[in-house]
Amino acid sequence: MSDITHALAPIEGTGAPLPLPNLDTDQIMPKQFLRGIDKAGLDKGLLYDMRFDEHGAPRADFVLNQAAYRNTRVLVAGPNFGCGSSREHAVWGLQQYGIQAVIAPSFGEIFYSNAMNNRLLLVMLPQADVDRLMAVASDAAAPATLRIDLATMTVGIAGRDDFSAGFTLSPRHLDMFRRGLDIIGLSLTHADAIAAFARRHHAASPWLRDVAATTMARLATRKDEEPINV
Amino acid sequence: MKLDSRNYSDGFREYTASHPTSPSFALIAMAGRTLYRKLVDSHTVVALDTDNVLLYADLHLMNEYTSPQAFAGLAEHGRAVPAPGQQLAVVDHIIPTHAEAPRVIRDPASALQARNLKRNCEAHGIPLFDTNDPLQGIEHVIAPEHGMIRPGMVVLCGDSHTTTYGAFGALGFGIGTSEVEHVLATQTLVYRVARDMRIRVDGELPGGTMSKDLILHIIARIGAQGARGYAVEFTGTAIRALSMEARMTLCNMTVEAGARGALIAPDETSIGYVLARAPDIDADRARAAWAALKSDDDAGFEAELAFDAAAVAPYVTWGTSPDQAIPVGARVPAPAEAADAIAQAAAERALGYIGLAAGMPLEGLPVQRVFIGSCTNGRIEDLRAVAAVVRGRKVAPGVRAMVVPGSGAVRAQAEAEGIAALLTGAGFEWRKPGCSMCLAMNDDVLAPGERCASTTNRNFEGRQGRAGRTHLMSPAMAAAAAVTGCITDVRRLEIEHV
Repeated sequence: MSDITHALAPIEGTGAPLPLPNLDTDQIMPKQFLRGIDKAGLDKGLLYDMRFDEHGAPRADFVLNQAAYRNTRVLVAGPNFGCGSSREHAVWGLQQYGIQAVIAPSFGEIFYSNAMNNRLLLVMLPQADVDRLMAVASDAAAPATLRIDLATMTVGIAGRDDFSAGFTLSPRHLDMFRRGLDIIGLSLTHADAIAAFARRHHAASPWLRDVAATTMARLATRKDEEPINV
Repeated sequence: MKLDSRNYSDGFREYTASHPTSPSFALIAMAGRTLYRKLVDSHTVVALDTDNVLLYADLHLMNEYTSPQAFAGLAEHGRAVPAPGQQLAVVDHIIPTHAEAPRVIRDPASALQARNLKRNCEAHGIPLFDTNDPLQGIEHVIAPEHGMIRPGMVVLCGDSHTTTYGAFGALGFGIGTSEVEHVLATQTLVYRVARDMRIRVDGELPGGTMSKDLILHIIARIGAQGARGYAVEFTGTAIRALSMEARMTLCNMTVEAGARGALIAPDETSIGYVLARAPDIDADRARAAWAALKSDDDAGFEAELAFDAAAVAPYVTWGTSPDQAIPVGARVPAPAEAADAIAQAAAERALGYIGLAAGMPLEGLPVQRVFIGSCTNGRIEDLRAVAAVVRGRKVAPGVRAMVVPGSGAVRAQAEAEGIAALLTGAGFEWRKPGCSMCLAMNDDVLAPGERCASTTNRNFEGRQGRAGRTHLMSPAMAAAAAVTGCITDVRRLEIEHV
């Protein structure tokens, strides 16, 4: 469990623009990086086809490869960022690369939950605010330093007092960020209620109990020549 | 709830609730309940706060690539799996599909994933369809075909296409690996309740179209985030007329509109399908319970859409998002016609990637590869549709066409029906089951620049291989592309069959 002070420290760093809509998790973390049984090494795979050419050389024209964006901590993204596949590797890869927050008008639903569970901050802002941040982040000569403060729930631009955008998180997610909750541990405090629920549920609908085990036992006893009804 | 409606020329009507972003739970509670709310309510162990419930999972499916870190997390905390009989694991994403027996996973990392899954399942007593199980296949194909998906269930899986199970009147949706760990340890999920959308489709799908065309039609209209935040209930005469395979295709791809769930209320089609495959169910008692699994007449939906099935044509994607789809006879749209500057930039990038220009016809576009399979379209009815088009024809010269059945049972059934012999005789590769080139985690991958007619669900950049060009379409349309060597309106070929 992380300490509270750290969790509340503002996120501050270079913001990099990724304006494409529907930037899916296949692109954020391509298939060849999904073959591990742990979470290691995913920084290499982040946005791989965008960052590297077919020979594995960095693409000079891609934003994250430019010197000004070397210390990118925040992505300013298009709508529906993280849509598609449920692969949590996309979140792990962003964090391992050093991304602490993503700002976008909207996010894919599964990606959103995955990010919250890993305390990768996702900031949903109206398109007009995202456009403004996209514009200042796109100045390759001097990309903006963005500051996201969980204490005040605002996004600001360093050196520019004329911009401040408020954002919200659900009370539950805010609590997860501020306190670093052990969600499974908390849910296990309901273990008795879960067991009682399961007893009632299976008494009312016995066909919902242990369906996988029951079915596998039935399939194991079938004769090979018996046709399967597909 | 007050609804404003807009009408479109192609039979599409859009309704927008007056205050779609501020659901009044008090109002909804006084009115009847939707099927979605009934499923959530009947699986709520405890309400955690105004947005979240602890949702009980009847069945949890797992694969080899999104579960390893979840099992590792359990081990790290010394946590057990309290309901192993409600988990099912399968090796499907990384498995090679070469027609060899026994199958060997030659990639060392992938082989380790498969071994690791087996080890984890053995440690916790979890049922597993392993690499060389004759019934192995794609998780979303094998679970329903053995009667494991039942009306009224909540089904979770670390895979976004878990929405497939809405075909049974079961609430299914994809979760991440942290949530997989949570489900293993608690048999529940901390679940943010979604909003209700109803999509009504009346009329009859025209000849030559399948439910794949219907869902591409819908996604093209509402967009890749058109159902984001919603659980979508499909109703209407066109939905009722669909087979279970067709319903699974529809619900499977609803996630490509961003939906958190898809549902079709159980009826004789789905109940008959389940009872024929699940002899352990007390049919009379189950039927009585399942009769309540429908939205009440006075239930409120926060968004309602209506489509005319007769307006559906064979659809093909032209870009790199599933909503970039048009009828096969249409021309590639100009980016300037896009709704806003962001969509315009996306369309320009998509055209560059896919190697097309605005105004080009899709028909006649040569393909080098054809892929038939996946959890979207790898079931027996899909293969029958392919066979009907291929009969009397050959794969066109220069085209490599693969058929990857969704499961061992589908493969055996297709062999028994003569479909396998027909397809191999026509020049198709007849392969072993798996996810295969839908996401190309195994060695079934497009080469850079190759153009593929694919029955899968995602045409994302790089999805089927770096710089590979994917055109999503129905199995019948993919078969037509295979035998003609280019994107072809299957209705032209069908004329010869009549």
